[in-house]
Amino acid sequence: MTTTVAPTSTAAAGTPSRRPRGAKLVRMLPLSPAIGLMLVFLAGPIIYCVYAAFTNMALTGTGAANVKFVGLDNFRKAFSSGAFTNSIWLTLVFTVISAIIGQNTLGLGLSLLMRRSTKVVRNFVGTAVIGAWVLPEVVAAYLLSAFFNDDGTLNVMLHAVGLPGQDWLYAAPIIAVSLANIWRGTAFSMLVYSAALSEIPKEIEESAEMDGAGGWRRLIFVTLPMITRAIMTNLMLITLQTLSVFGLIYAMTRGGPGTKSQTLPLYMYEQAFSFSQIGYGTAIALVMLAIGAVFSLIYLRGLNSEAA
Amino acid sequence: MIARDRMSKLASNLVLLAIGVLFVLPLLWVLFASINRTAGLRVEFPTHPTLGNFRAVLNTDTTYRPVLNGIILCGGAALLTMVCAVLAAYPLSRFRTRFNRPFLLTVLFCTGLPITAVMVPVYGLFVQLNLVDTLGGTIMFMATASLPFAIWLTKTFMDGVPLSLEEAAWVDGAGNMRALWAIVLPLMWPGIAVVLIFTFIGMWGNFFVPFMLLLSPERLPASVSIFTFFGQYGEPNYGQLAAYSLIYTTPVLLLYLLLSRKLGGAFALGGAIKG
Repeated sequence: MTTTVAPTSTAAAGTPSRRPRGAKLVRMLPLSPAIGLMLVFLAGPIIYCVYAAFTNMALTGTGAANVKFVGLDNFRKAFSSGAFTNSIWLTLVFTVISAIIGQNTLGLGLSLLMRRSTKVVRNFVGTAVIGAWVLPEVVAAYLLSAFFNDDGTLNVMLHAVGLPGQDWLYAAPIIAVSLANIWRGTAFSMLVYSAALSEIPKEIEESAEMDGAGGWRRLIFVTLPMITRAIMTNLMLITLQTLSVFGLIYAMTRGGPGTKSQTLPLYMYEQAFSFSQIGYGTAIALVMLAIGAVFSLIYLRGLNSEAA
Repeated sequence: MIARDRMSKLASNLVLLAIGVLFVLPLLWVLFASINRTAGLRVEFPTHPTLGNFRAVLNTDTTYRPVLNGIILCGGAALLTMVCAVLAAYPLSRFRTRFNRPFLLTVLFCTGLPITAVMVPVYGLFVQLNLVDTLGGTIMFMATASLPFAIWLTKTFMDGVPLSLEEAAWVDGAGNMRALWAIVLPLMWPGIAVVLIFTFIGMWGNFFVPFMLLLSPERLPASVSIFTFFGQYGEPNYGQLAAYSLIYTTPVLLLYLLLSRKLGGAFALGGAIKG
């Protein structure tokens, strides 16, 4: 990704740039299907979102008959509503536990361990982790619902070592869905880090070892600094992916019991469709978009400053 | 020193194995439950393995039609994505204009946007355009949602094709589209396959988009119709659910195997993403 612009310039060096303006436009013509689709189905909805968030639009009731501008009412309502702050809080917990701590650390750990393990073990673990990733979202959700259930495998294991079990989906639903998301998403971080680690020249680590740096010190002072970029990129990408997880949680708990695992996407869905409050739902969507946009911009800046 | 190396290798292997087992256990459940007529929720090998669950779900309503719908929906959308992405990547990769950089940055920015958040306004848009519950509309939206990432990856792969061959073609009077079709695409087909397969796998697992935009049971793809196993009448039949899950998962597993064996795909993708 660093080399975004560089190949373009070498390519452009070979093309005659003395063409008239019309010809230049014609050359860019192949972009039009992509731009058209993105304008209609991506930019359009986002603009519509900005508009609808400030109205009382609804599928039933007064908001359905005549839509009118209500200013910041939706946002005021959101930030003073316990359910909304609850969902923000849960989204934060879900993202920190499952993406930033879980997937990221486990992915890094796996890729580091895989470098010093035997091939059979490496292949077995790699296949298992990637297998969990390739499964469709809903299937993964069912597998893990079964795993965390009162009669499920986790409790069988806990009983076997003498620990008390419980119905995890009722007792600690947000922890259960977070663990489920770790199970499902770790492969991505593992692949990113494996690719990054494979690019570190062997000599660097060997010379650090010669100088007497032990395992942990080598990791902290030599290996990790060399993959800082990969770490930042990976953190940003998995955070963005995790913020918008819907199917996994919906299929496992429907946001329940009560609202104990209702993250922002599920809250938005409930408000907009179960309760038909489109205006309010889009206001929440706008908050989500804004959060995503901020992360996305930080990510872009990071890439850009590195490329420059 | 060598003894310590051995020890650390052994420790790595043991820790890895333990993690691997945790990842495998839920997967084992689906395998065992699918051949168990009285499957429960825990991992246990059935006393009388049977294919009855598969026979029970292999009918038009439960399996064939949803899978076919999924193939039409995801196949159509992945192809549309690919055609648009290749067309868009060509000028972005080959010509330098002032427009390229802002466009690519916008594309990269879009890859980060949570599509889930856009779904409420998209539903509104679909109501306005009368596209709710149409396969065509859903295909177009799914294609658009994966376009930014596909454009980005395709351009990265296309940048790897040297320009000199095309220059020769241009000298011989071939137009840009002809050069793209006859020279660039044949040279980057592994890249194309990687993007196409990844787009398809992503769509095949996508639940939220078809769940929102399609309504009629006869149009629902496999990712959504799986919910029919949870009727209003209490416990679902876990054995059949497991069998259905396996059938629904098989296409993406095969595609993934193809990708990793023939194309080194996942690894290449990790490399392309890590920046």
